[in-house]
Amino acid sequence: MVTAEQVWEALEGIPDPEIPVVSLVDLGVIRSVDVEQGHVHVELTPTFLGCPALEFMKRALEDAVAGLGAEPEIEVVHDDSWSTDKITPAGREKLRAAGFAPPAPRLVQVQPHVHRCPYCGSTDTRLENLFGPTPCRSLRYCESCRQPFEQFKTI
Amino acid sequence: MADRADTLLALADDELVIGWRDSEWTGIAPMLEEDVAFSSIAQNEIGHARAVYELLSDDADALAFDRPPGEYRCAPLVQLHLLDWAHTIARRWLYEVADEIRITALRDELPVAAKIDREEAYHRMHAEMWHERLQDEPRFRDAVSELWPYALGVVLPEQRAALSARVGLEEVEAVERGVFDDSFAALHEEMTMVRRSAPVGAQW
Repeated sequence: MVTAEQVWEALEGIPDPEIPVVSLVDLGVIRSVDVEQGHVHVELTPTFLGCPALEFMKRALEDAVAGLGAEPEIEVVHDDSWSTDKITPAGREKLRAAGFAPPAPRLVQVQPHVHRCPYCGSTDTRLENLFGPTPCRSLRYCESCRQPFEQFKTI
Repeated sequence: MADRADTLLALADDELVIGWRDSEWTGIAPMLEEDVAFSSIAQNEIGHARAVYELLSDDADALAFDRPPGEYRCAPLVQLHLLDWAHTIARRWLYEVADEIRITALRDELPVAAKIDREEAYHRMHAEMWHERLQDEPRFRDAVSELWPYALGVVLPEQRAALSARVGLEEVEAVERGVFDDSFAALHEEMTMVRRSAPVGAQW
């Protein structure tokens, strides 16, 4: 019989379709996993509501659960429970290592110098464009190492 | 007081149609940054529409695309086919100010409203940035004045005094929902084309 721990472990292997350096577990979009008599109920919260990858994520979750020999039941929860603060510390470090600035925590996002360059670590960075390649990213420029970089928006 | 389902349908239709109109700048905005911004904003707005349609129906696509044009509840502001940047920015700014007022009013009863609002914060920053830049330009001011009666039609009558205070213009007679711009039929035709032409049983 499959256990919740096995399910979490399997889900950790599913990359985010748009930012594959992090898994769906790193991203914090798996709200809960409940296992009951071979049925696995997973609650998934979207990052941005217009995220085109949602159906793709749902199917990847179904496949991962089915791969464990259990019956998947994936529920998409449209409430306010996900924010960028849900990204795990491991997920933040993976983002940074890939040249992708992790989001500033919600509590401090309005203060100056909270956006850190993922390459050199300087906080001397400026906003280039509020929007980027996907709705969840902004474009910033590092004044210190003169490198443009993508910033995960805080929401 | 308007009926709740109608308020939500009006909200979803506004978000769908403004998303569609904003996406018309994809590829042709006056600068690359705006091309990217309008495309992202459009994607967010359509995502918000989907989230609200899903609250109203088990089949969000059917609700979004299977109604005849006359049954849409979108405000005339979002229907306008604007080909001029001053008007486009004036509408973005007016729409975001109005949208914040009505979304905030829904926060207690609608769990998804808070999430929508946190995404809209970036739309407001974008609109405010343009508003600051253009507010002394006569072309922009004229566009705001011209669209102001339309903006009032986005919010409920009891929310109009608040909108008026935020925008800094006196309340006038609103262009209400239920009126359709001449360009709306063509927009509807384009918007529903993929769904109408998909073969029976097609999966996405």
